[in-house]
Amino acid sequence: MLKSLKLRFILVLLFIIISVIFCLPNVIEPQGAWKKYLPSDKIHLGLDLKGGMHLLLELDTEKLMQNMVDRKFNTLKDAMIRDGIRFLGIDRRDTTISVFLRAEQKEKLYNLVGKEFSDLKAGGTKTEGDSIRVEFLMPEKEVAAIKDNAVGQALETIRNRIDQFGVTEPVIVKQGDNQILVQLPGIKDPERALELIGRTAQLEFKLVDEENMSRYTGGAIPDGSEVLTMRIRNRETGIVTTSPIVLKKQTLITGELLTDARVRIGGEFGNEPYVALEFNSEGARIFDKVTGENVGKRLAIILDNTVYSAPVIRERISGGKASITGSFTMDEAKDLAIVLRAGALPAPVKVVQNITIGPTLGQDSIRKGVRAAIFGGLLVVAFMIFYYRYSGVIANLALLLNLLYLLGVFTALKATMTLPGIAGIILTIGMGVDSNVLIFERIREELRLGKTVRAAIDGGYAKAWVTIFDSHITTLITTFVLFIFGTGPIKGFAVTLSIGIIVNLFTAVFGSKTIFDWILTKYKPRSLSI
Amino acid sequence: MAFVEIIKHTKIDFIGFRNKMFVLSAILVILGFIAFVMVSMGKANLSVDFTGGSQLHIKFSEKVSIGDLRKALIDGGLHDVQLQEVSGTHEFLIKTKLSDSEKGKVHEMVSRIITDRLGKKTFEVLASNMVGSSVGKELKKNAIIAIVISLICIVLYIAWRFNFLFGIAATIATFHDVLAVLGIFWILNREMNILFITALLTIAGYSLTDTVVVFDRIRENMAKMKSKTEFSSVINRSINEVLSRTLLTSITTLLAIGAILVFGGEVLFDFSFALFIGILIGTYSSIFVASPLVFLWRK
Repeated sequence: MLKSLKLRFILVLLFIIISVIFCLPNVIEPQGAWKKYLPSDKIHLGLDLKGGMHLLLELDTEKLMQNMVDRKFNTLKDAMIRDGIRFLGIDRRDTTISVFLRAEQKEKLYNLVGKEFSDLKAGGTKTEGDSIRVEFLMPEKEVAAIKDNAVGQALETIRNRIDQFGVTEPVIVKQGDNQILVQLPGIKDPERALELIGRTAQLEFKLVDEENMSRYTGGAIPDGSEVLTMRIRNRETGIVTTSPIVLKKQTLITGELLTDARVRIGGEFGNEPYVALEFNSEGARIFDKVTGENVGKRLAIILDNTVYSAPVIRERISGGKASITGSFTMDEAKDLAIVLRAGALPAPVKVVQNITIGPTLGQDSIRKGVRAAIFGGLLVVAFMIFYYRYSGVIANLALLLNLLYLLGVFTALKATMTLPGIAGIILTIGMGVDSNVLIFERIREELRLGKTVRAAIDGGYAKAWVTIFDSHITTLITTFVLFIFGTGPIKGFAVTLSIGIIVNLFTAVFGSKTIFDWILTKYKPRSLSI
Repeated sequence: MAFVEIIKHTKIDFIGFRNKMFVLSAILVILGFIAFVMVSMGKANLSVDFTGGSQLHIKFSEKVSIGDLRKALIDGGLHDVQLQEVSGTHEFLIKTKLSDSEKGKVHEMVSRIITDRLGKKTFEVLASNMVGSSVGKELKKNAIIAIVISLICIVLYIAWRFNFLFGIAATIATFHDVLAVLGIFWILNREMNILFITALLTIAGYSLTDTVVVFDRIRENMAKMKSKTEFSSVINRSINEVLSRTLLTSITTLLAIGAILVFGGEVLFDFSFALFIGILIGTYSSIFVASPLVFLWRK
């Protein structure tokens, strides 16, 4: 311990000043010139205190791989037809694609795959009658990379959507292999935000299968077609109903080719919000071709397997502009434009955890927490003075220092305060005086042995130190583990408690000893009020 | 010199009590073990954090009886619903094993049922918590890992600072406390959530601190008193010497936790309740469990 009393005082004072500077923004906003030089961060409040939404989303990677293999399957099939490879059949299972063909076509197929499908690995071949089966599969490394990539892409997309939706200080991070944690503090309309974030937003354009549509009664349909539901909204009542619609399976255009999506007002009925789409040059070219070839037919606009509208193509549409009308409300149209602009998620996400806390509960929690802290603090302070008299006052000063430093460090570290965090502070008040209790009991023992005041104080501090150190370390170990394994609120508890413990080591030992030594030097008391 | 003292110089024969106290501890530990098995089997009041499901915290603008609300929810199709009234308010905690699915959101379902069946009463959803069952399993696993790792770290630290025997005794005492609190919570059918796990770990830390303080004194007195003295009197003397400190720290900590218990509100009630009984038991175990164990093995 430092010998010079003055130096020790300066050190304690210096820490007080630093803590006050960091704590100040919590009380008053720095003004004018001060703003530049002083820290301005307030204590960050966790969702449980501020209100908001905590979402854990899980990317459906199985569905993702299925889509991926589906796409590979289709392009391989198309490429074989294009190159004139005569195959007898093509089939897929999990991540394996099997092609059945005659032996003489095998070379050609291998050439094609080698040239254009570098991510497909040739598996085994098997002779079946007069044809052979050739298997191609996606290597595991490739699959893992795709999954990883997809989570990253989903994270970016969600971040984009949230940014455009306008939430302050959102947290969007990857968790585990295929999960994304989203925290939206202070969100006003959690339902709408969830709708916006969780939507896959896979935009597709497909032709209506008019032939089968007219005679569709709910039974089986031909292989190249599919039945989806169409969303119809009554313009007067606003009630949404659905009805089945038969479409050609082939996807003509996807949302990937979009460059922009905006809400516009107008359209057929004058003042309805709709979403205006703009395609890139490739999209415009395809759109031009598709509309040119299918005048008079209906083109369905599909979002996440729900048909929003299926307008009749009146004429060839060039210039790459289209619109989705579907009698939306303004909010619906706005959100739709956001998700289309931000892009589709690579696969559907599932909400596996949703914690939503309203703002009133948070304020209530803060009020109760602060009240408990003040009351608990007063009880402890009163008890210490009752039991240790003037020395109790010194312990209380150390406790006050402890709290001040704790808040200073907490604000400076930009840690997040949660309700358990407040409990951690209160616990620090109760446990924080332990060090002084240990020291004071030792001092009493020394005094009983007849030592002088100075000798008793020095002896008490020296002997209690080992114990205090050991006990602090054991508590730190538990808080450390809590910090690593805990989530949100628990982390807040671990942080406040561990800062409290570390600071306590300084204030309760160094701080209180400095005060004692100052009194000893200044007043040279014969007896000690302890 | 006169001091305020809650206890004067004591010369209690703690080691002499050991058998009676071991019986008490055995009961607590057995209770804890039963609770642990029940918790692992899912037969306990586990929060949705661990089981998966949904919990809603709603506030009515006027008085609604818990019976009416339960009837409305059950009639509305929520058969496994568990209700808890927040005393002194018009607030309720609604818990169900259902979690959001493609069929619909539990939150919306509950809102619809209440609007349909308790139509005139307006209400506000203060908070909702929906957890898929896979997340619950993950959390349960993490909680167990956290407890095990911190216990191992602590044993290693104590074994290094004292010796292996002390380390084992301290660990048993800590396990004793954690199990006892678990058992008491289970018997009282209080809800176990993530905060409860946090409380258990905090209790482990606190109880250990207490034990370390006693062990520290035993170590010091062992060096001082040489081998001539009976080991039991070394321990007795050590416990008596630190007894006032042990009680004092418990008092101040209990004062602080008592404040949370009374003023902290519903969310922190179970948490502070667990801490409260944990600190009582932790204090007891450092005196009546940890040290007598060391004595038994050294004998």
